[in-house]
Amino acid sequence: MAAGDCTAIAEILRNQARGTMSGKPKLHYFNGRGRMEPIRWLLAAAGVEFEESYLEKKEDLTKLRKDGSLLFQQVPMVEIDGMKLVQTRAILNYIATKYNLYGKDLKERALIDMYVEGLFDLNELLMMHVYLPADQQDQNFANMMDKAENRYFPVFEKVLKDHGKDFLVGNQLSKADVQLLEVILMVEEDKPDILAKFPLLQSFKARISNIPTIKKFLQPGSQRKPPTRPEEVPDVMKIFDP
Amino acid sequence: MSGKPRLTYLNGRGRMESIRWLLAAAGVEEELTGFPSPLLLDGSLLFQQVPLVEIDGMKMVQTRAIMSYIAGKYNLHGKDLKERALIDMYVEGISDLMQMILMFPFSPPDAKEKNLESIKDRATNRYFPVFEKVLKQHGQDFLVGNKFSWADVQLMEAILAVEEKVPAVLSGFPQLQVFKTKMSNMPTIKKFLQPGSPRKPPPDAHYVETVLKVFKK
Repeated sequence: MAAGDCTAIAEILRNQARGTMSGKPKLHYFNGRGRMEPIRWLLAAAGVEFEESYLEKKEDLTKLRKDGSLLFQQVPMVEIDGMKLVQTRAILNYIATKYNLYGKDLKERALIDMYVEGLFDLNELLMMHVYLPADQQDQNFANMMDKAENRYFPVFEKVLKDHGKDFLVGNQLSKADVQLLEVILMVEEDKPDILAKFPLLQSFKARISNIPTIKKFLQPGSQRKPPTRPEEVPDVMKIFDP
Repeated sequence: MSGKPRLTYLNGRGRMESIRWLLAAAGVEEELTGFPSPLLLDGSLLFQQVPLVEIDGMKMVQTRAIMSYIAGKYNLHGKDLKERALIDMYVEGISDLMQMILMFPFSPPDAKEKNLESIKDRATNRYFPVFEKVLKQHGQDFLVGNKFSWADVQLMEAILAVEEKVPAVLSGFPQLQVFKTKMSNMPTIKKFLQPGSPRKPPPDAHYVETVLKVFKK
C-alpha cells in the first residue's frame, strides 16, 4: 500500500471514531441551556451520545434558514435518524419513545405528559428570567419560587408518597423523572433550600442523580450547559433578534 | 356515568377550543359542565388550572397532554414513530401561531394593531407556506401519511381562526384553500361547523372580562 492510501484510510478511521458520519444526533442551538437543555438531558439519560453545532452569530442562524433546515425558521433543531426535527416537544417525544422513556401504554403516557407539561410551565419561568428587563426580575423571581414551592413540587411529592415507588410513572425511568430532576437542580441554583419541605423529592433527587447515565451527565466535562449569565444575554439576543 | 368525556372550562374558546375540535373531529360527543368554583378546591386540578377533561377514569389537565391522549386513543397520531414526529412538529408550529391568537384579545389597546400585524405576518410568512408546500409536494389530501390526523384538525382550526381576523389570508395559498374545503366537508368537521355544536364563538369583551375576573391571581 502506498503511503498516501495509509493516510487516507487513517483519516477515514479517525472520522468514524469522531462520528462525523456517525449517525449520532446533531443538535443545533447556541452554546447555552435555553430550550435545548431538556433535550440534552433526555439524550444523556438515554445514554445516547450526541454532537452539537453552536450558533454564535446571526449569520449562523440565517444560514440554517437559507438552507431550508429549519421548518419554522427556528431552533432548537435536532438531526436524528435522517430527519431535521424542530419544536422542543416533538423532539423530546421522539427521543422518549425511541429510547423507551415514555411509559408502557397510552395511560402512562398521559400521566407522563401531564407531569412534563406542568414542569415545562415552571421551566419557562426559569428560562426567561435572565432575559427579562432588570425591573421585572424581582417579581419574576418571587413568582418562580412561589410556583415551585406551592404549585409544582407538592404535586410530585404527593405522587411519590402515594405510590411509594422510585419513579414517577409505572415504576420505570421516564422523561417525567428526567425533567423533574432537571427542574429541581435549576431551582436549587437560585434557592438551595427549596426542597426543605419535600423529603421524598430529596431522596428522588439523590436516587435519579445516581443513575449511571445521569451521574455522568452531572459531572464536569459533560455536555450539560451552565446557566446563562446576565453578561451573556446581549450576545444571545443578537443571534435571535430579527 | 355517560362515558362521554367531561370538559370543564369557561364558556368560551381559550385553551379548550383545540380540544373541542379534536374530540369533534374524532366523532366523540362531550359532556359539558360549567365552571363551579368548588371544583377548584377538591383536588381535581393537578396544577390548579383548567382545562380539565375527565376521560377514561382520569382527570386530565394540560392541553397538550389531553390532546395527545385523544389523538392516540382515536388513531389520529400517525401509524409509527416517524409519522408521529411529523404530526407533533406540525401541531407544535401551529400551536405557536394559535398562542398569538389566544393572547390577542388581552392586548392593551395601543398594541392591538401591531399584534394583528404580527399574526398576519407569521401566518403568511412562517406557518402557512410550510403546509402549502407539504400538500403540494405529496399531493395528498391529508398532511401526514395520507390519513386524517391531529395535524389536519389543528391546521383547519388555525386557518379559520386567522381568517376571522385576516379574511383574505389564504389568497396566496391555493393548496390550503382546497384543504380547507375538503376538511369542511368531512362529516364530523362539517357537523362541528354547524350551529348548535360545542364550537365556541370568537372571544368578545364580555369573555375577556370574565377571564380576567376568574383567573385573577
